[in-house]
Amino acid sequence: MSDAILRVEHLTMRFGGLVAVNDLSFDARRGDITAVIGPNGAGKTTVFNCITGFYKPTQGRITMRQKGGAEFLLERLPDFRIARTAKVARTFQNIRLFSGMTVLENLLVAQHNPLMAASGWSIGGILGLPSYWRAEKQAIEKAAYWLDKCGLTDRADDPAGDLAYGPQRALEIARAMCTEPELLCLDEPAAGLNPRESLVLNELLRFIRREHGTSLLLIEHDMSVVMEISDHVVVLDYGTKISDGTPSQVREDPKVIAAYLGVDDSEVEKVEAEVGL
Amino acid sequence: MEVFFQQLINGVTLGSIYGLIAIGYTMVFGIIGMVNFSHGDVFMVSTFIALIALMVLTTWLGVSSILLALLIVLIIAMVFTSLISWTIERVAYRPLRGSFRLAPLISAIGMSIVLSNFVQVAQGPRNKAIDPILNSVFVLSAAGGYQVTLSYKQILIMVVTVGLLAIFWWVVAKTPLGRAQRACEQDRKMAALLGVDVDRTISITFVMGAALAAVAGTLYLVYYGVVNFSDGFTPGVKAFTAAVLGGIGSLPGAVLGGLLIGLIEVFWSAYFSVEYKDVAAFSILAIVLIFMPQGILGRPDVEKV
Amino acid sequence: MPLDTARAAPSPVARAVKDALFAALVAAGVFGPLLAFKTTQDMQNRLIVEPRWDLLAVVVLLVWAGRFLLSLWQARVRPETTAAIGTHLVWGLIPQSIRLVIRNGLPPAALVALFVYPMMILSLTGGGGALKWIDNFGIQILIYVMLAWGLNIVVGLAGLLDLGYVAFYAVGAYAYALIATKVIPATFPGLGVWAFWICLPIAGILAAFWGVLLGFPVLRLRGDYLAIVTLAFGEIIRLVLINWTDFSNGYEGISTIPRPSFFGIPFNASDTGFAATFGLEFSPVYRTIFLYYVIVCLALLTAWVSNRLRRLPVGRAWEALREDEIACRSLGINTVNTKLTAFAIGAMFGGFAGSFFAARQGFISPESFTFMESAVILAIVVLGGMGSLIGTAIAAVAMIGGTELLRELDWMKAIFGPQFDPVQYRMLIFGFAMVVIMVWKPRGFVSTRMPTAFLKSRRAVSSAHVKEGHG
Repeated sequence: MSDAILRVEHLTMRFGGLVAVNDLSFDARRGDITAVIGPNGAGKTTVFNCITGFYKPTQGRITMRQKGGAEFLLERLPDFRIARTAKVARTFQNIRLFSGMTVLENLLVAQHNPLMAASGWSIGGILGLPSYWRAEKQAIEKAAYWLDKCGLTDRADDPAGDLAYGPQRALEIARAMCTEPELLCLDEPAAGLNPRESLVLNELLRFIRREHGTSLLLIEHDMSVVMEISDHVVVLDYGTKISDGTPSQVREDPKVIAAYLGVDDSEVEKVEAEVGL
Repeated sequence: MEVFFQQLINGVTLGSIYGLIAIGYTMVFGIIGMVNFSHGDVFMVSTFIALIALMVLTTWLGVSSILLALLIVLIIAMVFTSLISWTIERVAYRPLRGSFRLAPLISAIGMSIVLSNFVQVAQGPRNKAIDPILNSVFVLSAAGGYQVTLSYKQILIMVVTVGLLAIFWWVVAKTPLGRAQRACEQDRKMAALLGVDVDRTISITFVMGAALAAVAGTLYLVYYGVVNFSDGFTPGVKAFTAAVLGGIGSLPGAVLGGLLIGLIEVFWSAYFSVEYKDVAAFSILAIVLIFMPQGILGRPDVEKV
Repeated sequence: MPLDTARAAPSPVARAVKDALFAALVAAGVFGPLLAFKTTQDMQNRLIVEPRWDLLAVVVLLVWAGRFLLSLWQARVRPETTAAIGTHLVWGLIPQSIRLVIRNGLPPAALVALFVYPMMILSLTGGGGALKWIDNFGIQILIYVMLAWGLNIVVGLAGLLDLGYVAFYAVGAYAYALIATKVIPATFPGLGVWAFWICLPIAGILAAFWGVLLGFPVLRLRGDYLAIVTLAFGEIIRLVLINWTDFSNGYEGISTIPRPSFFGIPFNASDTGFAATFGLEFSPVYRTIFLYYVIVCLALLTAWVSNRLRRLPVGRAWEALREDEIACRSLGINTVNTKLTAFAIGAMFGGFAGSFFAARQGFISPESFTFMESAVILAIVVLGGMGSLIGTAIAAVAMIGGTELLRELDWMKAIFGPQFDPVQYRMLIFGFAMVVIMVWKPRGFVSTRMPTAFLKSRRAVSSAHVKEGHG
């Protein structure tokens, strides 16, 4: 597929003797919402950490290809460059906000790199050059835009730690979007949300893809979210890919059913015989 | 070669003292994750308690058997130092448990300042020297005009260290108290839910660390014969280095680290320069923390994303 | 303890008596050996022990009384509210409008007081004791304020626990001392009067360079480990200064360091001196007043720069780093550079302060740069409330000014006898105050955080959310 924004090839990650991810290959297409699913301990978060540079994979290649055609080998970039240069942003399963800073400040920190350049690497900023204050004003406007999209405008001047769980998740997505990513990786965005918040989240993710052309890669437990919004699903079990396709294809895949529901070995054979393996 | 053996003996002696202090650091760090900054000064206070106890016993009460006197001194020093450490934990650390992470550290630094200045005010700033005791030595080898000696003091230090470490190891490994300590180390909340009295266990950990520091203090007094109010900081930092080198949280590691630091210090002084021996110790501390923060016997710490 | 309250509660007095007896017993044990016996030298210079039971009795009695009163007081107020009442005892009684005036008016008022302080002292003391008040209280405290504000960038904003800050103070001091006594006389003797003004920026740059140099290896370390390694670096620098005598003159230190000039006009009794030039009678107080204003400007520069930096991306990145380093990296922030900038800028102000210190003393030795100095500076930052400039300044005034005041307590000799010297209790009280303040207010005097940007209104962030950093 030539329009892959992210191509993962033969990714393997070992921790000592434990193989968390085993020879995984998949593509995420540009403009798609790609979901990585799998039971607990299947290695989903490890895949994410490899893509976003927090782990260095034992083997394999992860290629990010931007709109302009520039390609980056993510496994070779230091983590902060993945966000800055390769334009891959992420959120965390256990939300990592700057809880002592206000909601607005969280979004300004996300615009660190452009603001840093505008402040003349602080020198112009200390001298109080007007160009920096203009840049900061624009940054605040951009933050306000995302606050509006997440319904957080009223909470802009509250500490992020004061927000309830759902708004914290939304803020983390807004913060990631403030880095202007081409690929946004979401680690269990719907975890802990109630059904109503889940729907709002789906809408937000669709909006991001539609209006900003950002491709999404998400890990999810919540099948309703996955089936509802994703275009493409990759299923992991014990670090290995067991299925890859559209939501409906995956839903019908007996191996996926077996992995999720857990069946006896004899039944696996039976199921496998049925599908002709 | 003779010089080497002599330095080996001296290094093991010094290392025993460091190891005993290091256990106090490693246990407290293991159980509440705090660098007990005042531990070096607790050690210094114990040298003074031992000094006073020895003077009272020998000059006032006329105890003539030096070994008997030292045994009593050791017990007195352990009891009073433990009490001091218990009080410090109760007053300066316990109210801060579970609060702001820096607060206990600052409180501990404050306590360290209090202890050294209290001793300075109460006992004066001058060095306190006792008449040398247990001066006899065994000459192990006299080849080449250089005597390799092993003094009674050194034998005493090694024997006491090994004996007390054995008792201590037994307490930590085999008794319900030791089990409670290990449980608190793993997960304090869970231990409390399972009926472990966490506050008491932590108190006892401080007491045990202080008791071993008091042993080190008594042995230090016997070995050097001089004590001073400012002698807490440097041995304290070196013992902490030992704890880190061995792997903080690991008891055998603390002893091993102590021996290594003692040996390194002694050999460095003998073969390179006495002036820079503390620089060597501090450099080792920095290098170990930077390049192998888990130490020799410690568990590696993995960063969770 | 819930069990105790379930039973029939004993009367508060009986409880207090019991508590106090226990405390007295513990105090007897804790203080017993060291207070009841004093080791001294006899005529033959041999060590002897003298009993001192009376002193122990007094101390134990004091502990008993103190604990008794504390228990009684705690019985009256519920324990949870004890701390809150302590804080709001005064503050809570003041009406909202006046509180606002105090809060907004305090910084400008303090600023004005800062500038008129020397004049005030001069007019109050008539010139006689002015030197001491301006030097010991004014300059001394302001050096610590500046150091604490410098360290605040590293510890308070970036959350990097640095226990070796004194190293940069030493670098600044030795940079000035060595350049002014060795390099300038050998190369450009004519610049001698300008030595301070030339060396000040050099000292800052050198210290910043050392900040990066020492900061680089410790980037991966977190929390207490970082503190210990920085402590080790501080001690290594001091030990090298002691032992490398060719370079630093060892324990002897460096003396006859040139004093700063009034922008080229020296403070001496000569015809070209400051007094003669401005038609004044020669007096050493002019130099002291000038030094006072120099340190005021340096300290204010520190405050202004760190306040400005907080509102710039680099400052926000420091605070974000303190809150969550991993999230910073996921947002494309180069944490290595961010940490190193914090170390460098913090160190630079330490270097400025060091070179001022050398110029003020005229003599420096490694004795001035012990670990205790680092501990005192860090204590001021934490006691003041990390990240708060005002809180830090209050802490510096309270801790340094408070202990300096002990020098003024000569009248106590009348009560306790001529041997009694309050100054020797200086550090004892300082350490004790550190413990008490931490137990009372673990987050320091000013624990709230002011946001650096706002959409509608600027509201302080409560300390419950602000993290203290991991690295």
